[in-house]
Amino acid sequence: MTDSNVLLSVEDLHVHFVTSRGVVRAVEGVSYQVRRGEVLAIVGESGCGKSVSSLAIMRLLAKPAGRVVHGKIMFEGVNLLDLSDEEMRERRGRDISMIFQEPMTSLNPVLPIGLQIMEPLFIHLNMTQEQARARAVELLGLVGITDPERRLDQYPHQFSGGMRQRVMIAIGLACNPKLIIADEPTTALDVTIQAQILELMRELSRKLNIALVIITHNLGVVARYADRVNVMYAARVVEQGTADDVFLRPRHPYAMGLMRSVPRLDRPRGAKLETIEGLPPNLLDPPKGCRFAARCQFRQDACAADPPLVEVEAGHFSACLRAGEIAAGGIGGETLVREAGGKREGRAGEKLLAVKGLKKFFKVTRKTGTFSSVESEVRAVNDVSFDISPGETLGLVGESGCGKTTVGRTILRLESPTAGEIVFKGQDIAKLGSAELRPIRRKIQVIFQDPYSSLNPRMTIGQIIAEPLLVYGIVKDKEAAKKRVAELLEGVGLFAYMAERYPHEMSGGQRQRVGIARALAMEPECIVCDEPVSALDVSIQGQIINLLENLQKKLGLTYLFIAHDLAVVRHISDRVAVMYLGRMMELADGDALYAEPLHPYTKALLDAAPIPDPVIERARAPRTLGGEIPSPLRPPSGCVFHTRCPIADESCKAVVPEAREVKPGHYVACLKV
Amino acid sequence: MAGAVSQPNVVYAPVKRRSALAQFCIAQPLGAISGVAIVVMLFGGAFAEYVAPYDPLAIDFGAMLAPPSWEHWMGTDAFGRDIFSRVIYGARTALTIGFFSSLFGCVLGAILGVASAYFGGRIDMLTQRFIDIMLSFPIIVLALVVVAMLGRNLVAGVDVNLIVAIAIPIVPKVARVVRSAALSIREMPYIDAARAAGFGHLRIIFRHMVPNVAAPFLIMFTAFIAQAILLEASLSFLGLGVTEPTPAWGLMLSGNASDFYREAPWMILFPGLAISVAVFAFNLFGDSLRDWLDPKFKV
Repeated sequence: MTDSNVLLSVEDLHVHFVTSRGVVRAVEGVSYQVRRGEVLAIVGESGCGKSVSSLAIMRLLAKPAGRVVHGKIMFEGVNLLDLSDEEMRERRGRDISMIFQEPMTSLNPVLPIGLQIMEPLFIHLNMTQEQARARAVELLGLVGITDPERRLDQYPHQFSGGMRQRVMIAIGLACNPKLIIADEPTTALDVTIQAQILELMRELSRKLNIALVIITHNLGVVARYADRVNVMYAARVVEQGTADDVFLRPRHPYAMGLMRSVPRLDRPRGAKLETIEGLPPNLLDPPKGCRFAARCQFRQDACAADPPLVEVEAGHFSACLRAGEIAAGGIGGETLVREAGGKREGRAGEKLLAVKGLKKFFKVTRKTGTFSSVESEVRAVNDVSFDISPGETLGLVGESGCGKTTVGRTILRLESPTAGEIVFKGQDIAKLGSAELRPIRRKIQVIFQDPYSSLNPRMTIGQIIAEPLLVYGIVKDKEAAKKRVAELLEGVGLFAYMAERYPHEMSGGQRQRVGIARALAMEPECIVCDEPVSALDVSIQGQIINLLENLQKKLGLTYLFIAHDLAVVRHISDRVAVMYLGRMMELADGDALYAEPLHPYTKALLDAAPIPDPVIERARAPRTLGGEIPSPLRPPSGCVFHTRCPIADESCKAVVPEAREVKPGHYVACLKV
Repeated sequence: MAGAVSQPNVVYAPVKRRSALAQFCIAQPLGAISGVAIVVMLFGGAFAEYVAPYDPLAIDFGAMLAPPSWEHWMGTDAFGRDIFSRVIYGARTALTIGFFSSLFGCVLGAILGVASAYFGGRIDMLTQRFIDIMLSFPIIVLALVVVAMLGRNLVAGVDVNLIVAIAIPIVPKVARVVRSAALSIREMPYIDAARAAGFGHLRIIFRHMVPNVAAPFLIMFTAFIAQAILLEASLSFLGLGVTEPTPAWGLMLSGNASDFYREAPWMILFPGLAISVAVFAFNLFGDSLRDWLDPKFKV
């Protein structure tokens, strides 16, 4: 315990929030240590206390509701909880700094970034203007921002999301802290930018011997960057150890379930995800004993008592009474169910949906003076073509701003296309009026990303699902609608009595199920799934993916599955289309695309996405795609990817590459392939 | 490190389950006080026949300009009418006109605002410019013009045209606020879901958008009751609102009150106080309601 190398030691921390509905025990008995220069990852689902425990270290808990009721936070031999506010303020930013999730809102928009970097230098190190400016230039260079001298005087809105996160890191580094706490530092960023930022953070931590605490829900990130891992569940640490320990030899059923419920980039489709059923407990009224018991397949009577966090092997702790049995291989071996054959029949013949040369340009006007303005176009979708057969799932991947959501919205005719055809069952729906569209709308439905805003908060679940039934006369009367709503709710794994509830009374996963039930109520043939799982926790994500797959099998549905998570798309899709800056880059059978990507952008995307396995991650070359995604207002000439492409030459700047069928069914839009 | 999870010995007072009303009173004491004032006014206005000690129209030349006393709590006016009774009956006038003009103005404004936001584009532009024109008139001037144009139209003892005249200046203000609320709601995925389901415009506006602007609507509705009461009093004071002998607060301040206020200040003091209390109460109540309904203010 008295390791001189230990920088931070959290001992038996308890944090409570006193709310009008009762006391939330957000962190219970959490202990861990961070050594100098190491990267510790805290993983867990939302509400498990991972962020709260680190806010407690910074003493930034929301007052007056949040309070540390017990425990010690020893930082270099000093208990941070005993310090006065003044002493704590001196340490914040100088010894410990914090990087937040939202780079868009954590910088002050009215101050130039140079001032924001220099501020801690004035406050903590009493630097002069010149010294601080020199240090700021050095810091910006360190975090990979080119032309730092000039950019110091720019304002946050002149930087992209990834650049802003770099600035945040520069601010965090300003005073040479010993510890940086990063709360979901890359969750709001795209895959290629995420890889850049994380590589940068790890490199800096090694070079400057800074300890890093990364809080995240992304297991791939953990496997790639963490030395040690804390897995938290329902306010407690359930497993603790090195990354290899936790990923390769998980000794807690929750950690084991978590590892298995994540779709993986390195596994072919067709395997059913093994999910953790149920929901995490409510911390207002947590169950006695092991918090995970209710969802655990290995529970036994003894689990009604609190399980201690015991060392199962050197440095590897698990809070499971049966950890010994798990280690002996008695229970919980690999039971991944592989279902036969990923390919489904019915791919030949009539296409259900065919998109040809789809374009969607948005006009934007920018004021240039009191009476003058410039009109320009955002080419959100530019010449995209694909088709989907009945019963098939087409995955559409790409980074933010690539136009994938606009493609979905245009197919749904929430937007009218600028040009191109959308042929649904032999009929071009691109230019139909609203009256002619009505019967077709029933056949193409949608599931949205955000389960919190996609349900009308003023309607009950029953009303939401029954509305289309009654409007379209799918059922005779209210009585029949009620019956059908109950069937639909049970069909998506909910209970009939939930029809009386309002959306805010349900969890994220449950709401997403309601969204699916609403889409199914119309008896559609095709569903556009717009990032349906990206707002959900890992264990819930697996449940929804399985539900979508089961429904597809049962009802013969066709999906257009839009997502940015390559692993999820790989898991669910038969074929995958990759988009970049409004254009289609590559379209191929899912397994072929992942096994043998041909387009340089697809390769870069796959390289950037981390795989939740530290052994595989170590073996992969740390290649990251440099640069930023250009603005769709001024897309590059020729191939839109040429500004970031490692193999581009002069011809790529001049010619827009056509999508060519390189192999049967494998289309690539690249001159160099 | 081994050992079961420790349980720190912290005892919290048990959480009391409070009703929404009790929570409101604790969080917004001023709002609660003004709420009580509003209830008292409503009660007095509704049951004026039983509460008021005298007939408000009864002329008693024996008690002309009597100062406040046990017989006449607020004194009497130049005709010997009991001011306390007239203030109570005046509450009925003020609240009726205030409530209906605010309701009429807010409903019209809300529909205009939601429709303007939902349809967007050219319709939105035209509606908003029309609202700009309306807003450029001072409220009182706009109301004066309407009253002068429409004349009187008594229905069940209430001047309907006066209500319309007071409601019209309210419409553009409400439309503006509701439009901005509706604009953000229009971008919500559940509206997209309704459009993707092929629902008609009217269904989307009334079933999906209007209920979601209910909170700002309710707040403006209470706040504009205060404005309407003030406007009614001003118009009556100017002789364009309620006419004699109907008891109305604004009217009680004008007429021969201006001739006698030196000798009998109670003639203007009490109706003036009534106007202030009513306006203050509705404004405060509206403010508290806004704070309370705003999730950002909740712990």
